Amino acid sequence: MIARFRTVPIHVIVWVAAVFIVVPFVYGLFGGFKTTAQLSENPLGLPSPWVTENYTDVITTGAFWRQLLNSLFIAVATTVLVVFLSAMAAFAFARFAFRGREFLFTLFAIGLMFPFAVAILPLFILLRTFGLLDNPLGVILPQAAFGLPLTIIILRTFFRSIPNEVEEAATLDGCTPFGFFWRVLLPMARPALATVSVLAIVASWNNFFLPLVVFNDPNLWTLPLGVQQFQGEYAADTAKILAYVIVSMVPALAFYAVAERQLISGLTAGATKG
Amino acid sequence: MTGPDARPAPPGGRPAERRGRREGRRRGSGWITAILFVLPALVLFTLLVLTPILVAGYTSLHKWNGIGPPSDFIGLDNFTRLLNSDIFIGDLQNGGILVVLSLVVQLPLSLGLAVMLNQRIRGRALYRLLFFAPYMLSEAITGVLFSLILSPEAGLANRLLTSWGLEPWSWLSEPDTVLFSIFLVITWKYFGFHMIIYLAGLQGIPKELHEAARIDGAGGWKVFRHVTLPLLGPTIRVSVFLSVIGTIQLFDLVWILTGGGPSHASETMAVSMFEYGFKRTQIGYSSAISVAMFLISLVFALGYQRFVLRRDLEGASTTMGDHR
Repeated sequence: MIARFRTVPIHVIVWVAAVFIVVPFVYGLFGGFKTTAQLSENPLGLPSPWVTENYTDVITTGAFWRQLLNSLFIAVATTVLVVFLSAMAAFAFARFAFRGREFLFTLFAIGLMFPFAVAILPLFILLRTFGLLDNPLGVILPQAAFGLPLTIIILRTFFRSIPNEVEEAATLDGCTPFGFFWRVLLPMARPALATVSVLAIVASWNNFFLPLVVFNDPNLWTLPLGVQQFQGEYAADTAKILAYVIVSMVPALAFYAVAERQLISGLTAGATKG
Repeated sequence: MTGPDARPAPPGGRPAERRGRREGRRRGSGWITAILFVLPALVLFTLLVLTPILVAGYTSLHKWNGIGPPSDFIGLDNFTRLLNSDIFIGDLQNGGILVVLSLVVQLPLSLGLAVMLNQRIRGRALYRLLFFAPYMLSEAITGVLFSLILSPEAGLANRLLTSWGLEPWSWLSEPDTVLFSIFLVITWKYFGFHMIIYLAGLQGIPKELHEAARIDGAGGWKVFRHVTLPLLGPTIRVSVFLSVIGTIQLFDLVWILTGGGPSHASETMAVSMFEYGFKRTQIGYSSAISVAMFLISLVFALGYQRFVLRRDLEGASTTMGDHR
């Protein structure tokens, strides 16, 4: 009995926090089912009548799907690139003793301290020089480059944990270093690769600053950029913007539902170490 | 010496050969192999992470509108201008206020909720899932949603206030309090992330320690203060680090919610850098802001590692994911 009463304050606090988190989502979701006039007369209640037009408008326009595909393409390309290059480098850092190893590894590790925002302006200048503005590569390559440090560090830790005997056996069977890397190490590292891939996908998916300065052409816009521009365009039509916001959240939240385990383990693995 | 019809070496000779090859791989040719593996990553990293810092350093010494090569060398003038600019000093103060708010309000809140959710309460898996959900959203999309919620007339926040008989509030246009509105949104988006980190830390603390402390007569608060908190130290230090680094580069949310206004009241360094670099094409001055941001993060990161984290950070921080 007493134990049960003791948890009452906890329930209240947690519940209040939950309301704080949920209300904006619910407001957006229901707001999208109202007209803007209805929204300003009745902001708090349920939609009456339910208007589906905002949502159907959003998902029947090409812009939303194009932005979705752009986000997807950029996220996948970034992830493949950063994971592959990092895996190669992490392999060398984990399993070779070579001159300059510590220096190079420290160089990458220092990269962890660079806030992305610091590099935006010079990146813009560089990309302009290379002619990569208004080109998906202008977002993919820098994202991959900035993803390298964390990915290398996580993968190196994992590669180190694979016993030497495995490599010796593979070498005895005539495996070249690349053969061992490709046919033995990478398949063994699948869980670690999944973790770093999920982190890279989320980072790319949510990036706004870089696409903002690189993409002028609306055909290249990613979802975050598209939502922001949509707000500028339909400033007066609040209900429609809410619908766009909610629809744009769906892929990220769906991905969260599917990849929660990898995501949480990736984010917490490092943070709880030591 | 060995002709095409030479027989393969007898099996007995093989191990020596193998050993020779492996030694070779570890030493001479090993260096080349290792470098070949590192090279692609190194090239990309040098070109797009290290070079930009150098470019910013170079252009920050020039007065340059971004057209043609920078030729008007002005030494450290951009930096003198920066340090004498009330706007820049204001940006620093805003960053400082957000950092303090995060450390004093957001992180304790996250920690408190983590401790609560670490107990066996009903629906904790659902709460955990829910609190972390906002972290998954893009800051840009979060910003758009909250700019509608906090908008002066039709926004949800003011509708709630008036329905409770309170005065509506200028959430995003009151210079004295706009930072608190920004902080509210930051907390909405990021406290779940810190909570998840703390939860993982808490789960690493053996239950026996808590039980032992309780048997020794320690109450709930004492157990927390003398057992949980010290053992959670490394996790807290990492979360503080991520929060500060995230705040230093805060851009998306502020840009969408207020654009840094009203009259720079919510401006951060990154917003200022964007404003000067991309709107007013004062590339040199904007580069100086980038360099200042870089130096501030570098000094903070090195100092923090040296004095606070020592060696327990390896592999802990992300800069691509933003953790405020």
